[in-house]
Amino acid sequence: MGILDFLKRKPEPSAGVAKERLRIIVAQERSTRGGPDYLPLLRNELLEVIRKYVNVDVEAVNINLERDSGHEVLELSVALPDGKPVV
Amino acid sequence: MTEIIVVTSGKGGVGKTTTSASLATGLAMQGKKVAVIDFDVGLRNLDLIMGCERRVVYDFVNVVHGEATLKQALIKDKRHENLFVLAASQTRDKDALTQEGVEKVLDELTKENFDFVVCDSPAGIEKGAHLAMYFADHAVVVVNPEVSSVRDSDRILGLLASKTRRAEKGEAPIKQHLLLTRYNPNRVEAGEMLSVKDVEEILGISVVGVIPESENVLAASNAGVPVILDDNSNAGAAYKDTVARILGEERPLRFLEPVKKGFLKRVFGG
Repeated sequence: MGILDFLKRKPEPSAGVAKERLRIIVAQERSTRGGPDYLPLLRNELLEVIRKYVNVDVEAVNINLERDSGHEVLELSVALPDGKPVV
Repeated sequence: MTEIIVVTSGKGGVGKTTTSASLATGLAMQGKKVAVIDFDVGLRNLDLIMGCERRVVYDFVNVVHGEATLKQALIKDKRHENLFVLAASQTRDKDALTQEGVEKVLDELTKENFDFVVCDSPAGIEKGAHLAMYFADHAVVVVNPEVSSVRDSDRILGLLASKTRRAEKGEAPIKQHLLLTRYNPNRVEAGEMLSVKDVEEILGISVVGVIPESENVLAASNAGVPVILDDNSNAGAAYKDTVARILGEERPLRFLEPVKKGFLKRVFGG
């Protein structure tokens, strides 16, 4: 780095952005890991059905599979947008 | 008791083969009897990094198919008499390896009293990568401080915990070791690169070693000499520390601080 480098624009530190993006995607992928292969497909079809009635975001549908001693619980949560429904 | 170590990563080009070569050499330097196996069928490269490419006569697939004995296919390292290389096949298709075939070879190495077998995994999560990790007792997951590599290694950590013999048989889980390579402390300090702590936090596992980015790694692969044998490089020293830690020794991490430029370089550049 020489004297004239002071005149150059420095790049924005980007490691923080990388960390935050990774934190979110890794958590999301871990939550569906080990579950049956149909889960992502189920999620997409549910999203399509819900979108017929309410304009929700892709991230609004959350599927969670929990294993408890001997039985499994498939938990679905849909975050509806604020305001009036479309229909 | 033979311990099987897989060197894996998911993403390609992060330093698996470099790590396999240095890890195997480092264990041999500690007096262990070691075999290092290239699982990358069709894309043989470990032989080049180990510097024995012109001595490959028979390979892993020949042994699996009974066309050569294990003894014929194991290439004795020039520098360490207790270190052996088993090359990948260059010609056969990817289905040339089978789970039974790999198990047979590993069993034979166990009977020959090898202390460690290092399995150099191909990139990806296909059959070759699956076979390389399936029988492992230890896994060294090689990761670069970069988003796609970190995400892929999380996927690999998940597979190690579920799709391996230990997991399927309900035995004690594979010991997972995270190895951060191509680390550049100056860029970390500038906020341009994920730090050791960042990667450990995201993956929820602590590192067994940090290998600094180094020109010596390319020089070592050019020469066919594992970088761990380069006494003048930080990367080599960091690999030696890593081998010691895998063998149970406690050593502090080194080479994490930025290299300060001298006054003249700061003023005039360079």
